[in-house]
Amino acid sequence: MMRVLTAALAIASGIIVLLGYFLRQAFPLFEQLRLLLTDWAVVIAAAAVLVGILNLVSVQMEKLRNRQPGGLYGALLVFALVITFGLGLVFGTDHPFLRAAMDAVIVPVEASLLAILAVTLVYASIRLLRRRADLMSVIFLLAMLLFLIAAMPKPFGPIPLVDQLILDLTGILSTAGARGLLIGVALGTLLTGLRVLFGMDRPYGGN
Amino acid sequence: MTALIVLFLAAVLLLTLTFLRRKSPAAFRKIEAYERLNRAIGLSVESGTRLHISIGRGNLFTARGGSALAGLAMLRRLTERTSLSDQPPIVTSGDASLAILSQDTLQSGYRAARAEDQFRLTSGRLTGLTPFAFAAGTLPIIRDEGVSANVIIGELGAEAGLLTDAAERKNADLIAASDNLTAQSVLYAASQAPLIGEELFAAGAYIGAGASHEASLQTQDILRWLVILAILGGAVLKFLGVGF
Repeated sequence: MMRVLTAALAIASGIIVLLGYFLRQAFPLFEQLRLLLTDWAVVIAAAAVLVGILNLVSVQMEKLRNRQPGGLYGALLVFALVITFGLGLVFGTDHPFLRAAMDAVIVPVEASLLAILAVTLVYASIRLLRRRADLMSVIFLLAMLLFLIAAMPKPFGPIPLVDQLILDLTGILSTAGARGLLIGVALGTLLTGLRVLFGMDRPYGGN
Repeated sequence: MTALIVLFLAAVLLLTLTFLRRKSPAAFRKIEAYERLNRAIGLSVESGTRLHISIGRGNLFTARGGSALAGLAMLRRLTERTSLSDQPPIVTSGDASLAILSQDTLQSGYRAARAEDQFRLTSGRLTGLTPFAFAAGTLPIIRDEGVSANVIIGELGAEAGLLTDAAERKNADLIAASDNLTAQSVLYAASQAPLIGEELFAAGAYIGAGASHEASLQTQDILRWLVILAILGGAVLKFLGVGF
């Protein structure tokens, strides 16, 4: 019974939101309902963040209890989480300590990961031909190299005409390709949404 | 108005083809990544290793929610197929709502396979709320938790490169797809069998998630041809100087 009810509620909400989007001028009631449902969803999503953080804590504590690898890092994470969460609740998110936690910990750590990522991607590109030596891989690497040559700063300055020609050529091809991919992704998203709307897929545990 | 017509057409095609596919399943072209996925599922069950499924960090309130929903549909089917394994799959995500839905989907999958006692709440994990926090939280799972295959499907960015690198270092299978163009180019360079564009949304049809997924794929094909015809028709009309 509960499963049928959740499915009916989800489908009805989806249809109301869709009608509110498409028929907002003809039926203003649907638009008001759409905004109301969206507001509720935003509040629920905010509460979900807290549930997600509790999940993060329980996973890390389980690691520590079972003496799994990385358990100590998990304890450190939970400790830092409790301290920053507590200070945020008491002093607000504009407190200098919380700003410092952001500027001195999160930003540098993410910047370091970005630097590692740059090296990782160069390594992956070098290994691409060992992994898949086919025509598309060669074209992919060639396009990447040409774009890098044209876009990167050179000690003797930009190469007249050549740089712009490469950028224009790769720009036209990549824009066309990107549009093709995005049309495909949009159609996939549309059909996935319709499956959920018709109750064929129930990601809310309804079946 | 055009959007409403496309929506209506897609809905009618989806319902009709789902009805038809229930009577006669469709045959699809081979996609290497999905063949690898089916092999990896079998191997993980047989060898008692774990499957790591990452459904990305697609926010359900944005257009990126589509890939997250596709990831959840695939997760449901994968859970059913791996319910016999000694090691339950681990699901990671970078969005809190998605993490809760992944736990719910895991539980539904086990319930459908009559193995609900296998379900652990900690199998569906939120690993971080920013792109790099998500990657940093997911890396130890790929490295330390006996994972033999990684299925990464959903909204990701360039941080996907860190995940693919970790999987490669562990010599684990990797099946990865994203709706994000940056992630697609990273995955093309870094994964053994890349999935491009809308192939992400074909996962359900290729792992036997049911008639609706097969119908969905066929509807996408039909709509894609209509879009191609519309683009070509528009180009011809423009060339002929017909404005509209």
